[in-house]
Amino acid sequence: MPSYVALTYTRDVDWTAPEQAAEMQEYREFGRDAEAVIRGGAALYPTQTATTVRVTGGKGGDIVVGDGPYAETKEALTGFYLLECDSLDEAIRHAAAIPAAWNGVVEVRPTVPTLM
Amino acid sequence: MTATDAGGGIPEVSRIDVPAGDEPRSAPSHGTIRSAAVAVVAAGTDPGGALAALLRGERRRVLATVIRLTGDLHLAEDAVQDAAVSALETWRRTGVPPNPRAWLTLAAKRRVIDLLRREGARPVKEREAIILAVQRAPDETPPGVVRDDQLRLIFTCCHPALAQEAQVALSLHVLCGLSVAEVARALLVSEATMAKRLTRARRKIADAGIRYRVPDAEELPGRLGAVATTVFLLFTEGYASRSADAPPPVTVPAERAGPPGASVAEEAIRLGRLLVELMPGEPVLEGLLATMLLQHSRLRARFDHAGDIVLLADQDRSLWDTDLAAEGIELAASAIRGSSIRPERFAVTAAIAACHALAADAAATDWNAVLAWYDVLLHLDPSPVVRLNRAAALAESGDPAAALAVVDRIEGLDDYFWFHATRAELLRRLGRDREAGVAAVVAAGLTESAAQRRLLARRHPL
Repeated sequence: MPSYVALTYTRDVDWTAPEQAAEMQEYREFGRDAEAVIRGGAALYPTQTATTVRVTGGKGGDIVVGDGPYAETKEALTGFYLLECDSLDEAIRHAAAIPAAWNGVVEVRPTVPTLM
Repeated sequence: MTATDAGGGIPEVSRIDVPAGDEPRSAPSHGTIRSAAVAVVAAGTDPGGALAALLRGERRRVLATVIRLTGDLHLAEDAVQDAAVSALETWRRTGVPPNPRAWLTLAAKRRVIDLLRREGARPVKEREAIILAVQRAPDETPPGVVRDDQLRLIFTCCHPALAQEAQVALSLHVLCGLSVAEVARALLVSEATMAKRLTRARRKIADAGIRYRVPDAEELPGRLGAVATTVFLLFTEGYASRSADAPPPVTVPAERAGPPGASVAEEAIRLGRLLVELMPGEPVLEGLLATMLLQHSRLRARFDHAGDIVLLADQDRSLWDTDLAAEGIELAASAIRGSSIRPERFAVTAAIAACHALAADAAATDWNAVLAWYDVLLHLDPSPVVRLNRAAALAESGDPAAALAVVDRIEGLDDYFWFHATRAELLRRLGRDREAGVAAVVAAGLTESAAQRRLLARRHPL
């Protein structure tokens, strides 16, 4: 069965903040409704908690650690789901029920089966 | 007509009104075409392209079926291509078999198995599964399944998860059967670019899991809209890509020998007809076909002998194709009747085109009706281009000053040739020649088309 990742891009939010409670409730509802196909996922802390890691000069080189997101964009990666769906159409149907679809955008990507 | 024609006839597709040669044996009314094919085959030639045309029609249906059986677009394309080549050779020698579609299906199935055994890259399990599916399938696909296969293929090629340009390319290549080189020529890109674009599209279909299926009832309205948009893009592409300096061909040959543009538009109309046939009574599809037919009915009047653009108001209406227009008007009416309170966009564009087709000359146009339909269209699609077109209609109805006031408030069309050309024309009509000249210069700088530049030069002499 093919798998898809649904990446949610929205305004950068702190899911733990009280003002996010209503939206989190919407996500919980999606989680219940799509329980049959959700194989994993997580909400992410805001981009200010992000750390970039890079190794310069090829494998084994110097580790360069940086603060913040890799790129400043209007919409940030705020979470993801792993969905097990039979087809892209089914994945699209579920993605359209994720609150991020109306609060931002959801990117649906098929996963490569051999690496899973 | 042979016994197979009567017995194996496919009622679903018998009403497809395709150009001669496209629908050879499934439609009793086209029985003569098959006879023609047999006759030319007997003579060892194919002067009118009757055999090629018969093959082309059948080939599209067989391809749709073989894709379902294999689940692999590329494999199916290769197999059907080889089967078609061998059909042409064999049928030239032996005559057209009583059931050409079954012949072609069988040949394609055998070829699939050959190709699969030869390629070796595929996992054995997958290979065996495809072979089994192919072997089990009957050579004679039931008519209802042929219909569904064609719909599946259309919805796959026009899947909104594919880039619009990929949908257009796939439609021309897979649905219309144009070769990669022909598609490349028609869309004005290099063959290598087109081959890459098609490969990317096939990979996305395979890797992203776009299934070969007809959308569910709840998905259908949106997906039908996507299909209609793609087919219409194909149609306009046909016009846009044709060299603007060459007048359109008066007739389009059965074999694609002429300039690709007109035949791409013809292919779009052919697809539109097929869609209306496969899903009768869908206002969006009827409106789409009506819009294309009505626009196409004016093809011969759109350029003069010198290759210059003739605007709608100045066109010699005796050059309009009245048969196409009549068909378009009827479909437009049906699309409007079938529409809900919120009509389909294409039903409205068809209604506007029908208003023009119904007028004996430009002066007889019912501008109130045209403007009323534009108001409906604006409601559905409040885009700058629609506002510009409505303003042009307002000017034609006799109020260029009001039209100019509207045009001057439109934003977002600074790079659009027709925006500045329309402004120039309105200013000229209002006697503001100097400003008209400036707008004409801006317009001229926005087009590569010599015909469009000549149009400006004619109307705004320095």
